Amino acid sequence: MIEVEALTKRFVVREGRFRRTRRTVEAVAGISFRVERGELLGYLGPNGAGKSTTVKMLTGILVPTSGHVRVAGLEPSRQRIQLARRIGAMFGQRVQLWWDLPLLDSFELLRHIYRVPAERYRASLARFREVLELDPFLSTPVRQLSLGQRIRGELTAAMLHEPELLFLDEPTIGLDVVAKQRVREFLADANRERGVTVLLTTHDLGDIERLCSRLLVIDHGRLIWDGGIDDLRARYGGERTLIVDLEEPAPPLAVDGARVERVDGPRQWLRFRGSAAELTARVAARARLVDLQVAEPDIEEIVRRIYSEAWRC
Amino acid sequence: MRLASPRLDWEIAKRGYRRYAAYPAATWAGAFTNTVFGFMQAYILLAVYRHRTNVGGYDAADAVTYVWLAQAMIMTVYMFGWRELALRIKDGSIAVDLARPLDPQRYWLAFDLGRAPYHFLYRGVPPFIVGALVFDLRTPSPLDLAVFPVSIALAVVVSLGFRFLYNSAAFWLVDYRGVVTLAIVVSLFFSGMVLPIAFFPDWLRVVAHALPFASMLQVPIDVYLGKHDGFALPGVLALQAVWALALLGLGRLALNAGRRKLVIQGG
Amino acid sequence: MADALLLYRRLIAAQVRSQLQYRASFALDIAGTTLITFIDFLAILVIFHNVPSLGSWSVHEVAFLYATSCIAFAFTDLVIGHLDEFPQLIRQGSFDVLLVRPRGTLFQVIASDLALRRLGKALQGAVVLAYALGGLDVSWTAGRVAMLALMIPAGAIVYGSVWVAGACIAFWTTEGGEVTNAFTYGGNFLTQYPIDIYGRWARRLLAYVVPMAFVAYFPALYVLDKPDPLGLPRVLQFLSPLVAVVAAALAGLIWRAAVRRYRSAGG
Repeated sequence: MIEVEALTKRFVVREGRFRRTRRTVEAVAGISFRVERGELLGYLGPNGAGKSTTVKMLTGILVPTSGHVRVAGLEPSRQRIQLARRIGAMFGQRVQLWWDLPLLDSFELLRHIYRVPAERYRASLARFREVLELDPFLSTPVRQLSLGQRIRGELTAAMLHEPELLFLDEPTIGLDVVAKQRVREFLADANRERGVTVLLTTHDLGDIERLCSRLLVIDHGRLIWDGGIDDLRARYGGERTLIVDLEEPAPPLAVDGARVERVDGPRQWLRFRGSAAELTARVAARARLVDLQVAEPDIEEIVRRIYSEAWRC
Repeated sequence: MRLASPRLDWEIAKRGYRRYAAYPAATWAGAFTNTVFGFMQAYILLAVYRHRTNVGGYDAADAVTYVWLAQAMIMTVYMFGWRELALRIKDGSIAVDLARPLDPQRYWLAFDLGRAPYHFLYRGVPPFIVGALVFDLRTPSPLDLAVFPVSIALAVVVSLGFRFLYNSAAFWLVDYRGVVTLAIVVSLFFSGMVLPIAFFPDWLRVVAHALPFASMLQVPIDVYLGKHDGFALPGVLALQAVWALALLGLGRLALNAGRRKLVIQGG
Repeated sequence: MADALLLYRRLIAAQVRSQLQYRASFALDIAGTTLITFIDFLAILVIFHNVPSLGSWSVHEVAFLYATSCIAFAFTDLVIGHLDEFPQLIRQGSFDVLLVRPRGTLFQVIASDLALRRLGKALQGAVVLAYALGGLDVSWTAGRVAMLALMIPAGAIVYGSVWVAGACIAFWTTEGGEVTNAFTYGGNFLTQYPIDIYGRWARRLLAYVVPMAFVAYFPALYVLDKPDPLGLPRVLQFLSPLVAVVAAALAGLIWRAAVRRYRSAGG
């Protein structure tokens, strides 16, 4: 579905009071990856890493400086309009609906822009209306919609013409927990039931954990991770944390195979690899335990570690 | 209890200046437009002087100088419509403004008096210089040149008073655009922006002089052109001051009436 | 092509519907626009109060220039006037949204709005045209009628081309919007008056670079059977339609090039 090879994008930035100094910035520095049809993958990276630049090159908005890119067999920068028919895009912070018109009007207009046959449009719309519960605000002008309602409208707008490939940029940003869940379920269904390929650019690690099986991580224009979430956890998430509540406050425990990360009164946080049971036994031999918990490393920590390791490389 | 101090006014004025100084490209683009319009207007008026040497006390040099002064003053007195207060009334922020110990009218006045110098210097002076290089402009007498900035300052106050007044229509009208447009149109024409008031037929000139708009533009220009001698000079400044006070006073009444309305309606 | 027109109709139908929703407000809007634009003609009347002719043009002849130029401009303003907000579109990043849709970007931008109230200017122009023709003794031939009918759409296309080309500035800097105004609104102001009153280099600019002279001046010479005060070749009087086509083509090329640059430089 997507083939990217040695994709590079350089920008010339003019700085200074009179814009005299010129500097070349390499926003994307020769990345390569492939995405097969039907995948749902996450695209992650710190701000300014090159995420949106990559997506813009994949959707035909930006022309690459060098490298090879094919999306749905087409070259995005040269075959923009052809490609546009087959992809859907949603930029979480940019409105693509018509601001002053009722939501339904936006859908009708998009239907004509994408030339969707009447029957397919009706069926498609009916499906979205049901799953995303659009009926209560279908005739409300877009400018009066709440964020959650607008996002649901935007998702519909991006998918009305039944694209094979979806580019979503921060689709759950600013939503409450319930709304986020709804959107995630919706996306998972679309991917599973109808085989829509989805590239999800996000900062929200909840999105990643619940939706993506594969993760691309970009930093400073380079791809520093391309693989499954479990592999990620195994590779970078080696350490777990044993949180022990002692009977009374004590100095940091000196236990084999663990190091104390933090002490707060009677509670201590111990980082360790390997068996939690064994460590618990060793701790119990040294101090009186009231309670304990084992914490898995969260994705955020893992990702942070990837970023910092990439820095050191 | 109302906060009022010259120090505060100065801080607000600085903010007014900076707000527009933050967009130098836009200012230069605007200065370019003023220059282009200046050229067009100059040629149109010069065509008139092919047939006459004097129109309403203006000779050709007066007329061309008037053109470039007018272009310099357009943005200084913000002739083309100011809607900030109306927008704040519409979106409700005015309630916050009124609750603060800072008088809104005083705030906008200070803000505008900070803004005006920026526009005069960067949107007014460059086109004027271009005009001076290409055309033969009248040189003002030292006295007139010294009084000119005073007259401009008063013009800005008159203009702000008027803008504040028509913006307050938003307290009562759902669609205030019509009022704003009408206000702009009338003030544009009767300020002498479109043509010098000296060109108007006698009856229209009488109307123009009975209205405050001449004090926004024509009066400072006439000061520069030396059209007011002796006691007429302080007299015309006094006229500007009177209009300024009158408009500010009316604006005050409108603000208070508006505030009462908000209180009754719950804002 | 037919499909594009159909889509265009659909896209603006939604906008038009929401504009016509409030009949009274809309009627006021049109009335307001008609009145405001009349100020420009009022200026012409005031000028002619002072002189019998402008250049070699009588009041009715100038009124003819003014009217045809206004009507043409009104239609352009109606269809693409919202291009004035294009810098904002770029600034908000919404242009990218257009690039992801399977349609041309210029088409989408033009089809995004249609401000009906701008027809007020055409209304006013029509009234002035009636006044002009009433005071002129035109010897109507088939050719002259055809020219009158053609000069307005041709003029509208020339204005439109300038507007589109000017809007491309936004791809480089979003603060340069006023420069475009100098050419669009400036161009309209310019063409209301006979070109022979402007300086020599200004005339050259208007005839050969930004072809404003072909909007009203040259066709008017033919329709009014007036010898060209500038003594330029007669053939120029028939070139308006051709100039319109060339201008439109050039504007399209400029837009394409500007979008290409936006897509490689990162916008």
